[in-house]
Amino acid sequence: MKNRWTLYDPRLAWMLIAPVLLLLIFFLVLPIAVMAVYTFFTFVTAGVETSALTAANWHEFLTDSYYHGFLLKTLRVGAMTALLCGVLGYFPAYFIWATSFKHKWLLLLLLIVPFWISFTIRTFSWINILGEQGVINVALIKMGIISEPLPMLYTEGAVIMGLLHFLLPYMILNVYVSLESIDRTLISAARSMGCTSAQAFREVTLPLSLPGLAAGLLLCFVLAAGSYVTPQLLGSGRDALFGNLIYDTIMSELNWPMGATLSIVLFVVLGFFAAIYTRYMGMSQIVKGLGG
Amino acid sequence: MKLTTTKRLERLHDRYANGDLSRRTFLSLTAAAAASAGLSMPWMSRALAAVEQVRFDGWGGTVQDAIDKYAFQPYTAKTKIKVVQGTFGDENEIITKIKTAKPGDFQIVHSSGVNYYIKYINAGMNSEINEANIPNMANVLQPMIEPFRKLTPKLSAVPYDYGTTGIAYNTKVISPEEAKEKGAGLLLDKKYAGKVGGYADMTTRVWYAALATGQDPNNIKDIDTIWVKVRETRDLAKKFWSSGAELMDLLSKGEIVVTDAWSGRVAALQDQGHPIGYLDPAGSYAWMEDMLILKGSPMAECEELINFMLDPATSIAVAEGQSYPPSLDPTKVKLTEKIEKLPAFDKTGSMKALTFADPVYWATNEDAWTKQWDRIAKGA
Repeated sequence: MKNRWTLYDPRLAWMLIAPVLLLLIFFLVLPIAVMAVYTFFTFVTAGVETSALTAANWHEFLTDSYYHGFLLKTLRVGAMTALLCGVLGYFPAYFIWATSFKHKWLLLLLLIVPFWISFTIRTFSWINILGEQGVINVALIKMGIISEPLPMLYTEGAVIMGLLHFLLPYMILNVYVSLESIDRTLISAARSMGCTSAQAFREVTLPLSLPGLAAGLLLCFVLAAGSYVTPQLLGSGRDALFGNLIYDTIMSELNWPMGATLSIVLFVVLGFFAAIYTRYMGMSQIVKGLGG
Repeated sequence: MKLTTTKRLERLHDRYANGDLSRRTFLSLTAAAAASAGLSMPWMSRALAAVEQVRFDGWGGTVQDAIDKYAFQPYTAKTKIKVVQGTFGDENEIITKIKTAKPGDFQIVHSSGVNYYIKYINAGMNSEINEANIPNMANVLQPMIEPFRKLTPKLSAVPYDYGTTGIAYNTKVISPEEAKEKGAGLLLDKKYAGKVGGYADMTTRVWYAALATGQDPNNIKDIDTIWVKVRETRDLAKKFWSSGAELMDLLSKGEIVVTDAWSGRVAALQDQGHPIGYLDPAGSYAWMEDMLILKGSPMAECEELINFMLDPATSIAVAEGQSYPPSLDPTKVKLTEKIEKLPAFDKTGSMKALTFADPVYWATNEDAWTKQWDRIAKGA
């Protein structure tokens, strides 16, 4: 009887998590470790490197302000995008939560519908909206409001617009899940004690939904700062982000050791922000948000 | 047509008869073939079955459509060997993929001439072609083969087509007279600020900056002034395109009115009725493309496919479809009127009218210049 496993037996727990653990080790930890080793390899010429260990790549990253500038710019664009997502995403989430519409699932479905279309195609669609021959410019010219097309495409604004389009559903879902977990009797209690609707929102709903908002902010920030496709398609060269820098170093310069170094840098920086959040906010909010 | 064991042995014998193989090697290979035939198990025949497909990676778009329609489909119909196709927008992209794959995963690449040929050699990705298996190479322009042979006496690639990167302009905005007068200077004309495009490629950017500064692109003396000009074009540019499809999209939608452009893609736009003009300014960047066989590929099948592609009827049909002149020597093969009218076509077969990049010179500077260009493109 001693050998029989109990429900909370640690051995059973290890066996249950073993497959996921192995997957994580082989497909996440090990590749990152290989990449970390690669950062010390020596670049010979395009497409050729040797395993002779060197700190040259790290030295170049640490001493070259070009990389630092891009890193700061990437963090700035990521932060701007996350903040805009927060501002623009909170209200739809609040509306979905507060509505008495009996088919609320339909509203949530509308949020998920964009994910049925390829992300690249969704991004490309902005070219037909913001371009010189795009819907906005053509409409404004035909209405006589402008005589020359507005330069909207291939700008930082276009990149942020594309990122917003991509990330807004994540923010709305996060905030919505947070709102859903609020006990509505608290709001009724606040109203019964003399709060106006606005005061009840400010004193009860908003503070209790902040964890969801913060989770959305972090998620949007990390995804925006790590993005590559959106700046590539909607931005000019100047609007490139750190991800584009990594892409060009690996794919254009064929310099894998330096590309690996930059990848590890981005991984560490974004990991740092995620760690800070976990320390102060807890990852459970993100998990809840992603789970719907 | 599948290559049978008999045919392979016949080829082996031919190579021996032609002096390509020593007697000892020939006898060793024949003995090995005999031993393997005698000792083989039933499952081995399936494992060693004739190749049923060949992998090809090219530039996509109208170019690959033409190759598929006029070369691959007839080849498959004739031999039952399927050509599995992939595409890339930038050749470095496919080199990266090849690097991460095992030999044989990628087999034939529609490569951008000797500049890239060096990269494959440096990375040890190149194979050795048996030219005896590609008899149609006899019709290929020798001036196109020579630069490859200078790098590797045993070729890994066969030249297939060529073209130029000249200046394309919207004829509704820029007249042919103005284009002719300004030439490459159009890319630096402030009048078209925000409506200029260009290929997001170091060689093209440096080449046109060299022309703008009056330097020989194959012997640049003052690289600093080149970077100044590259920055000037960048500041005037709306977008540097990175694929033929993107180039066509930008020009046809009027997002840009002048750009350096691939001659064949411009010809395709003109065929579609877009108001796009094209000119090759003096010293315009000429390039050639080749069919490169990678290490680990089924050589006999790949050679057979390339031989089929070089058949005059096939090659001419592909050239007309993709709007790039073929590598066939016009003094040996009668080409069509349509091909003779294509931009960059050299009727003499000497290729002296075209300025190609010196592969060794450019390879020497490639790493440093690519890094600098990548930075300038991002605003540095």
